[in-house]
Amino acid sequence: MALMLLLAIYFLLPVYFLIVAATKPQSDLASTNGLAFSHFDLFSNLSTLFSRSDGIFLKWALNSVIYAVLGAAVGTLISALCGYALAKFTFRGREFLFSVILGGVLVPTTALALPLFLLFSATGIVNTYFAVFLPSIVSPFGVYLARIFASAAVPEEILESARLDGAGEFRTFFSVAIRLMAPSLVTIFLFQFVAIWNNFFLPMVMLQKESLFPITLGLFEWNGQTARAPLLQESVITGSLVSIVPVIILFLLLQRFWRTGLASGALK
Amino acid sequence: MTDIAPRATRVVTSTGGRRRHRGGGPRAGTIVAFVTPFFLPFVLFYLVPVGYAIWQSFLVVRRTGGQYGTSYTTFGGFEQYTKVFQNDEFWSSIGRIGLFGVVQVPVMLFVALVMALLLDTPLLKLKAFFRITAFMPYAVPGVIAAIMWSYLYSPQISPLVDGLKSVGLHPDFLGPGAVLWSAANVSTWLWTGYNMLIMFSALQSIPQELYEAAKLDGASNWTIAWQIKVPIIAPSIILTTVFSIIGTLQLYAEPAVLRQISSNISSTYTPNMLAYAVASGNNYQQAAAISVVIAVITFVLSFGFMRLTSKKAGL
Repeated sequence: MALMLLLAIYFLLPVYFLIVAATKPQSDLASTNGLAFSHFDLFSNLSTLFSRSDGIFLKWALNSVIYAVLGAAVGTLISALCGYALAKFTFRGREFLFSVILGGVLVPTTALALPLFLLFSATGIVNTYFAVFLPSIVSPFGVYLARIFASAAVPEEILESARLDGAGEFRTFFSVAIRLMAPSLVTIFLFQFVAIWNNFFLPMVMLQKESLFPITLGLFEWNGQTARAPLLQESVITGSLVSIVPVIILFLLLQRFWRTGLASGALK
Repeated sequence: MTDIAPRATRVVTSTGGRRRHRGGGPRAGTIVAFVTPFFLPFVLFYLVPVGYAIWQSFLVVRRTGGQYGTSYTTFGGFEQYTKVFQNDEFWSSIGRIGLFGVVQVPVMLFVALVMALLLDTPLLKLKAFFRITAFMPYAVPGVIAAIMWSYLYSPQISPLVDGLKSVGLHPDFLGPGAVLWSAANVSTWLWTGYNMLIMFSALQSIPQELYEAAKLDGASNWTIAWQIKVPIIAPSIILTTVFSIIGTLQLYAEPAVLRQISSNISSTYTPNMLAYAVASGNNYQQAAAISVVIAVITFVLSFGFMRLTSKKAGL
């Protein structure tokens, strides 16, 4: 029990520190105790944060949302289609296809980023939304999960009866299978959302234009400038807090979906 | 659903009307339509870059007529790989990451395992609270986590440094000997709860009767945990180890952030940082060779580990 409490403090400490620091004026950061509140300046910190460089922080936040929400939504749909086909259709080369995709789980995504950059610069999509968005929709782990979930959640009899009623395969998928798979699709969506939201190396390699940055890259750049512009420190801290709190709340609310995903990841 | 007769005729028409596979599945065109939306981007953004990196890694840029001549790209065999293996910076980055992995991965997984086992005992209170706090860091991007911790390491701002000073210690989290472990701490903070939850989920799928039987045989909680629970969830432990090995070799964000405040992290601190630095110097072929070597090491280590452990476990 004591050990668990100690660990809980360890996990909470940086976030608690961030909350406290975000409420302080820049001048108090170094001069007051980091774990105790001083002058409450959260709202002026927030307005500085959002007005800095013509409101670029809001732009970064929106970019992160676009990359992560749209990318995960498209990614979940195509993973679901593919995983469902792998689970429910028998065809030649099925196992081979699945092994190739599973091999993709082991490919380090950072090792992909540099060659992708070269390919994208040859085709001219470097430094555009697509350069980050397109690679993000591919999630081999999502297909793996979708296959497991489809085998478990979609009974063969229901598909047969839908077919007997004359529904085409797509109709069957979109009106019957997808409903049965809904909880697992949320799981896949969450995993992919977090993966894209947390991604840093790919946007860093692909983007030079600040207006296309996601939050992670933007805060990284600001953090690098604090040595020359110490006043940025408070905005980096407040920005970090603004970027993590909504996500933490979101996934605490959706906890049970994580557990299903992690459990099936472990069943291997 | 109407009556039986029309359905029966439909069966006949549907099997007779179109060509079907042996298993009674849909037509090939339908299967292609299901698989392509994923498979096409997968090929374009996974397989093609891998192939392209391999191809690039066999090329060299040469110049005609001395330093100011025009450059041309040609096939160089294993020249780029020879250069990688002769590069001292490459070996020191590998050495660093090796040291990091050998210490950080076992420590993190051991803590995760102990937490999962404790959460699985009926004795512990506040289970949901502990589970949630441990998993919370997973929602924090690596860059942000590193920024948060870098403030906790920074001598000017950190309450930790202040606290330790008041008891007579003068830690230098960013010093040459410590900074690697400061980065390791960020990774541990980020991933312990995630690994713990994988192990905990596996523990929860063990049927309770097993424990009752062991208790009747006089096994203590301790014995049950280490002799029964741990071996059963071995596949999950192997899985988390493989994920951790992959993660360690990909390390980039945490040291890159700490580099912003510590002069003890070079631009070639980890293999990925080296690859990026080389690519920024426009030597793409060399960067491709480094990326391929990192990927091969990742594959060899993760597969090697899986083979080794599954043999030992007799699976």
